[in-house]
Amino acid sequence: MAETASGRFQMDRRSLVKGLGLGAVGLISAPVLAACSTGGSSSGSSGGSGGGGGSLTFGSNASDPTPKQAYAAFVSAFEKKSKDKVTVNTSDHNGFQDKISNYLQGSPDDAFTWFAGYRMRYYAKKGLVADVSDVWAKIGSNFSDGLKAASTGEDGKQYFVPNYNYPWGFFYRKSFWADNGWTVPATFDDLIAVSKKMKAKGIIPIAFTDKDQWPACGTFDYLNMRINGYQFHVDLCAHKQGWDTPQVQEVFTTWKELLPYYDPSAAGLTWQEGAQKLGKKQAGMMLLGSFITQQFTDPAVLADIDFFPFPSVKVEGTDSVEAPIDGLMLSKKGGQNQAAKDMLAFMGTGAGQQAYYSVDKSNIMTAKDADTSGYSAFTKKLSEVIANAKHISQFFDRDALPAMAANVLEPAMLNFIKSGTINLSNIESQAKTLYAQQ
Amino acid sequence: MTSTTSTATTARPKGDVRDVAVARSRSKRGGTLWPTYLFLTVMALIWLVPLLWAIYTSLRPKADTDKYGYFSVAGNFNLDNYFQAWTQGGFINYFGNSVLVTIPTVILTLLFASMMAFAVSRYSWRFNVTLLIMFTAGNLLPPQVLATPLFEMFKLVQLPYAISDSGTMLNQLYSVVLANTAFQIGFCTFVLSNYMKAIPIELSEAARVDGAGVWTQYARVIMPLTRPALAALGTLEVIFIYNDYFWPLILIQSGNKLPITTAINNLQGEFLSNYNLLAAGAVITMIPTLVVYLALQRQFIAGLTLGANKG
Amino acid sequence: MSAPLAALGDTEAGSGVRPPARRRRLRQLGTRDRVVLGIMVGIPVLIQALLVWIPTLASVGLSFAKWDGLALSSIQGNGLTNYRFVFTESPQFWPAVLHNVTWLLFLAVIGTPLGLLLAVLLDQKIRGTRIYQTVFFLPVMLSLALIGIIWELIYSQDNGLLNYLLGTSGTPHAIDWFGDSKVNLWAALVAATWRHAGYIMILYLAGLKGVDPSLREAASLDGANGRQTFFRIVFPAMAPTNVIIVVITVIESLRAFDIVWVINHGTNGLELLSVLVVQYLVGETQVIGIGSAFAVVLLIISLVPIVIYLSRTFSTKER
Repeated sequence: MAETASGRFQMDRRSLVKGLGLGAVGLISAPVLAACSTGGSSSGSSGGSGGGGGSLTFGSNASDPTPKQAYAAFVSAFEKKSKDKVTVNTSDHNGFQDKISNYLQGSPDDAFTWFAGYRMRYYAKKGLVADVSDVWAKIGSNFSDGLKAASTGEDGKQYFVPNYNYPWGFFYRKSFWADNGWTVPATFDDLIAVSKKMKAKGIIPIAFTDKDQWPACGTFDYLNMRINGYQFHVDLCAHKQGWDTPQVQEVFTTWKELLPYYDPSAAGLTWQEGAQKLGKKQAGMMLLGSFITQQFTDPAVLADIDFFPFPSVKVEGTDSVEAPIDGLMLSKKGGQNQAAKDMLAFMGTGAGQQAYYSVDKSNIMTAKDADTSGYSAFTKKLSEVIANAKHISQFFDRDALPAMAANVLEPAMLNFIKSGTINLSNIESQAKTLYAQQ
Repeated sequence: MTSTTSTATTARPKGDVRDVAVARSRSKRGGTLWPTYLFLTVMALIWLVPLLWAIYTSLRPKADTDKYGYFSVAGNFNLDNYFQAWTQGGFINYFGNSVLVTIPTVILTLLFASMMAFAVSRYSWRFNVTLLIMFTAGNLLPPQVLATPLFEMFKLVQLPYAISDSGTMLNQLYSVVLANTAFQIGFCTFVLSNYMKAIPIELSEAARVDGAGVWTQYARVIMPLTRPALAALGTLEVIFIYNDYFWPLILIQSGNKLPITTAINNLQGEFLSNYNLLAAGAVITMIPTLVVYLALQRQFIAGLTLGANKG
Repeated sequence: MSAPLAALGDTEAGSGVRPPARRRRLRQLGTRDRVVLGIMVGIPVLIQALLVWIPTLASVGLSFAKWDGLALSSIQGNGLTNYRFVFTESPQFWPAVLHNVTWLLFLAVIGTPLGLLLAVLLDQKIRGTRIYQTVFFLPVMLSLALIGIIWELIYSQDNGLLNYLLGTSGTPHAIDWFGDSKVNLWAALVAATWRHAGYIMILYLAGLKGVDPSLREAASLDGANGRQTFFRIVFPAMAPTNVIIVVITVIESLRAFDIVWVINHGTNGLELLSVLVVQYLVGETQVIGIGSAFAVVLLIISLVPIVIYLSRTFSTKER
């Protein structure tokens, strides 16, 4: 892997989404993938051959087996429906990210997989991707306002069509809480209160782990949205708001109240180790993305895992949900190709998303008309949290300048976790320099 | 420096004057060597602990270490971790990549360095010392100093997809070969030029009188005489390149294209919280270097100290 | 890290071996030979120029620019902004400098002297000297990345050997040696010394064998004891090797990268200058101007030992 700071946490989070142990298989099977990406491999059934449809190329970063097959199923369903011909070029996930700007300037495919948030807006602003507002005119009613906002560039046009997402929130063991008479906290004060009770019993209340540095962003994002609102959070991520403001100060003042309830060795632990502590009832709860469930290989433990949203702090209740979205975009060249636009429109339908979900069930479909009858009760709960959200954030490293996240805020937050202090004016001056370079 | 002293680092001729002197001074001090033995033995044991601990851990099933703790002797010992690490870790692929990087790099480095060394040591021309200084300096720079522009240069080179899946020089093993070659040429040129200077000029003169051109003098006269130095440097360079971590980290984006040394990081992620597997993976990674070391120890040390000896 | 800087030794290289004037001058060569020679020199020089010198100069240039890494035409001047960021804004810079200095001092005070001590002891007529040498030299064969992993097995909080030996394993007092920023730099330095000392040992041992035995003989006859002989006779005679070892110690501490990158990507107490360069280097976290400014700082610091070494090596030579 390209072990840049960003490559690292993307890999971490991705590899879990893909499922356990698949990494190794992916690595072995990868030479085949590399071969695919040179020649291009279309995925089988092109339906009506010679059906007079168009054709397009599709650059996919889904290099791990499950997502790769899932996209193959999606492409095949699209080909069947549209009679268009799709050529898939699969690239290594991290490699795709590292070379994305070069790829978009060079010889990009018509359509490609990407992420919502700043990472989408940045390339939209640089004029390297195509406006898909006309696609959204067709599929718009199929998505919540939050999803639409997450797909919209700074100029108010849409550049992205969501496929799936996964929510962040607190995970805990139902039986453990029931046995001890702990109740799900609705407010920040409740959260402190229940943490106090756990600590009194010698339990680590919150399995906070920050060796990889990115997990702290989840807490920051939620506190900022709960205290200052979604809009402030978005503006801060885009550096339209300053870091040396009383609003941001309040986030860290509030956060400081949580620090006594964190795992004392948080700085050296990976999130996997934290999840293990949660599973073993050594810790009470953990704030993470829903991929955490893949750490629980024991079905009994898995069935015992439940979820509650980040409690309300000050404003907007729990309207904002952190749920990173993966989906499709069009390159500039792809914007001229009707077949490519049709494929994005298909991604915006329940039928398209179901084709993908039929293979990769670790995420939540985003289209309103997707058939969710196959969801487990737990997945249903997660999906409702997202469906009811007024605003959806993408995670700080997707919403903000990646260098700002990895090189500035994440080290500063780790230091804050250890010392309880943070130098916001320094963060602001670093932010000014970094954003000015873009 | 001469060819004989440079390789004779471990074997000292018997009856060396110095041995006599040492023996004499020891007899004067009278058996005071035992603290030395004690110190060396204690240090050697400490030195072996990390390796022995890794091997010990790797031989124990995870279930047993979970049950008894890692610091225990109970339970079974077998090679299961090795089999599991081997199948899960994709070692064949990584070792293959290491071979594809190491062998061309060492061959190219020795070829170019010997040509350069030949030119600066056998002929006198205006910039030869300047170039030798620049070559040596280049080898001493931390690679991070020039990594950014090199990465951008490789990114800007447009290649057909037939020979590069990235369309650029990124994510290609041959780019790692190039970067490593460029970094190693300086050192090898320096060592080889010193070596070649000690070869009597009369030999090439004689060849020249016989009508041999520059290339013939290089290939037929000088290179055969440089063989000991090439063997020593070659061994050293194999280890250097095999152990290189940095260039693949920067230039390779696909996990499956990494050489083993850089892929270690992935193993760490994959075998997380299974120290038995991690230890087995580490030992597997060590094996090629240990084989080279035990088989070619003298060559390796000679390469390392080549030139450190005064003639 | 690429090659551990091998003994670029022989500070007296070639001097006195052969008068330079005996080498052939170019104008004595025929056209064909000149072309052949030109190619033999041209290829290595081209590779060096293209892949080492030009990128180094480009680092300097880019450190005064801002560039999004897209088209070459989007490179813009940025004055001293990147350096202002490095020196006054980046909270990692000064800790990184401090850590590099600590690295240097630790190797200079502990790692290198330990290697020297081992070499001096093993240079006596010791039984089994080959075995000792093999043991101490073994870690030099391993990459620092692998060494980071091997020591993780020693340093792990719950399962590491060290905490078992200290009796703290499983208790709240167990230290996470690589994870606790109060101790992890020292833990990494111990692991690095494990390799460094053997490296110094083998170089020094080679140097010791090159000392003219008659010097010791004479000193011994004059009644000097072992220590006096070493410090008054052997050590001064080892001047060339001593220079190499000082340079290696300095350069190795500036190049330190792999081991901290493997431990935790050089964060949380393990920041080094080389790490800061890489953090701003590739991928989406890339900020080329700032990464280049870090690189130039590292370059300038590195040039000090390099220039000292080169001037010593080449000044006695080719006059």
